Amino acid sequence: MTLPAKNTIVLLSGNEAIARGAFEAGVTVASAYPGTPSTEILENFARYEGIYAEWAPNEKVAVEVALGASMAGARALAVMKHVGVNVAADPIFTASYTGVRGGFVIVAADAPELHSSQNEQDSRHYAVAAKIPMLEPSDSGEAKEFMRLAFGLSERFDTPFFLRSTTRISHAKGTVRLEDPERPPIALGFVRDPGKWVMLPAYARKRHRVVEERMRALEEFAETFEGNRIEWGDRSLGIVTAGVSYQYVREVFPDASVLKLGLAHPLPRRLLREFADGVKRLVVVEELDPHIENHIRVLGIPVEGKEKVPILGELDPRIVRRSLTGEAAPVRPAEELPARPPSLCPGCPHRGLFFVLNKFKATVTGDIGCSTLAALPPLGGMDTCVCMGASIGNAFGMEKALGKAALGKVVAVIGDSTFVHSGITGLIDMVYNRGFSTVIILDNRTTAMTGAQDHPATGLTLMGKPSPRLNLAALCRAVGVEHVYTVNPHDMEQTEAVLRRELFREEPSVVITDAPCVLLPEHRRKQRPVYEVMADLCTGCRACSKLGCPAIEWVHFTPEQAAAAGKKPSQKGMARINPLLCDGCNQCPPLCKFLAIVEKGS
Amino acid sequence: MNRERGNIFLAGVGGQGIILASEVLCDAFLLAGYDVKKSEVHGMAQRGGAVTTHVRYGKKVFSPLIEPGKADLIVAFEKMEALRFLHYLCPEGAVLANAQEIMPPPVTAGKERYPDRVAERLREATPRVWMVDALAAALSLHEVRAVNVVMLGAASTLLPLPEERYAEALHARLPEKIVEVNLRAFRAGRALVPPAVV
Repeated sequence: MTLPAKNTIVLLSGNEAIARGAFEAGVTVASAYPGTPSTEILENFARYEGIYAEWAPNEKVAVEVALGASMAGARALAVMKHVGVNVAADPIFTASYTGVRGGFVIVAADAPELHSSQNEQDSRHYAVAAKIPMLEPSDSGEAKEFMRLAFGLSERFDTPFFLRSTTRISHAKGTVRLEDPERPPIALGFVRDPGKWVMLPAYARKRHRVVEERMRALEEFAETFEGNRIEWGDRSLGIVTAGVSYQYVREVFPDASVLKLGLAHPLPRRLLREFADGVKRLVVVEELDPHIENHIRVLGIPVEGKEKVPILGELDPRIVRRSLTGEAAPVRPAEELPARPPSLCPGCPHRGLFFVLNKFKATVTGDIGCSTLAALPPLGGMDTCVCMGASIGNAFGMEKALGKAALGKVVAVIGDSTFVHSGITGLIDMVYNRGFSTVIILDNRTTAMTGAQDHPATGLTLMGKPSPRLNLAALCRAVGVEHVYTVNPHDMEQTEAVLRRELFREEPSVVITDAPCVLLPEHRRKQRPVYEVMADLCTGCRACSKLGCPAIEWVHFTPEQAAAAGKKPSQKGMARINPLLCDGCNQCPPLCKFLAIVEKGS
Repeated sequence: MNRERGNIFLAGVGGQGIILASEVLCDAFLLAGYDVKKSEVHGMAQRGGAVTTHVRYGKKVFSPLIEPGKADLIVAFEKMEALRFLHYLCPEGAVLANAQEIMPPPVTAGKERYPDRVAERLREATPRVWMVDALAAALSLHEVRAVNVVMLGAASTLLPLPEERYAEALHARLPEKIVEVNLRAFRAGRALVPPAVV
């Protein structure tokens, strides 16, 4: 990456700014697992010179790698979405005890409004529970500044630091002033210190005391930290806020007094009191849970918060205005229109698999990723989805509850990247405890939903280096699955035959669907046919529409139009393939009994 | 549109290149000396779903989101999406919509109909509606993927920046070998909005 000159002002997303801040702070080791809205942080960081960045199989490993680098004296970064913090919680809670050598920052990106997530949890609770300080920027410029600061603070207080982002920080762009990278002050090398690094009970007990002392020191720091600041204005309204909510507050109440908190944990007691004493009405505006509000209540200060400001979803200027004043200018009602939900892409290999799987009327325990979209109509091919890797444990649990009745009736479906992240241990459980469920691994050779990131089974690293490709079939055999078969999901006849055999087998089996994601460059570069519907042959039976392919459109007929087209008056319409969308996957032609779907120009 | 500050709401369908168009738009405003903020969502929302991007410029911009009822210009890359987000438009606002129709899943499945009279319904909301055929313009350049830059070109006629700012931004943002076709797409887009209205 070519470095713009020092002090240049550029427009960066919060994620780009976080990456830039890490680079300027002299971070040399960074690890992450992709997850919206955090993915682009490491993608951007990986482009800088002189650093190491990797995709870890999951967030727990990412934190362990970054902590190891910190132990060795490097400034280190681990990045994850909010639910990734759950996966990484184990090392995080104890890293709080060990502390750091090189500055260590964990970025947690929350998803209020669940634009692409399975829950709406608030990561600030982790800062409190793990006793780790947390910075919370309110735009790209501050994201870069806070990252730059965080590593030095981490070293000064001997603690990991959290930096919390949210969708509207990570995926919003704002101006950032670029600066030169600094040279971290700590010399590389691991220094033996069992009392600090070996968390045996005897040592950990002593470290717990250190943690409590550190939190007290950080509470003092919070009182004077420049990221916590009072902007005095009209004193009849005082708003305590943080993160992107600060921007909405400034937009809607330019004259109000504002206490802007850049440190979400620990909170500054004296500053809060000073602010509360200086204003007539005190309100907290924060997204998701009443974290700041509860803290103020504990101090015995009367405050308004979640009884006015929604706890659900994200805020915006209109919601903030309405919450505090009860009024908002009327807007025209939203139009009633056909919904446009996300869907599997035209040509997606998952569609073929789920279409076939539907024939078995089995209970499908699903997982996180693009395949979750198969839960939507018309496929409706998924019955559960909880978290990364849950499909396998869920299927096995159902099998144990239902006994023999589950044979052929329960199947787990999981993507390749998700399987590597958290599915392997579930599969081991199933084999070890003598299950018979079938696990389908959808191997599209990428982490698709987050925008096609590599993973251990793609044979390429984040930094573009070739690496040994994790062999999923061999791995499944190694954990004790004897029946492992690979199918081409676009060939639905073959896929159905294999599933029919494996679903009813009284032993565990794994079926791997092997076809690349249509978004991958190697697929896009391929010459692919385009299919069309022969209008004179289409009877309007809709067999092809059941695929739910966005390229297959339904053209309505009136009885007159049907007659004019030479069809029976009862024919309600016909199928049409949009040539701009068709990916040439060849899933639909075999579904047409009337042979109406053919290669264009054939 | 206002030279001091403004809110531009971009809407369309995942895969249409709205994010790239909005990047170029923001770069152009930044090059012209404005403070700029923009917001969008990634991930699941992008898989063929409705996609929106909020772009705001001014001397100092706080919120990255446009408040409903406060967009000065809606640029819809797909016709129906202009209707879907019409409640974002301010009373004096303008709508620029691509006449292209992309069927959403309930319509392709034959369960619902694509709405009719879209242009008329937009005009009932505001007299300032421009309906352009960006797909035809892109196809005439043999580059179907350039619909986004055609729309950017058309939008530029309604915005307070000189053409050169966009050209600079396109040069800076795009790989060398596709700059030329995109500059042509941009100019083709500019030609779609009659100069009399600007």
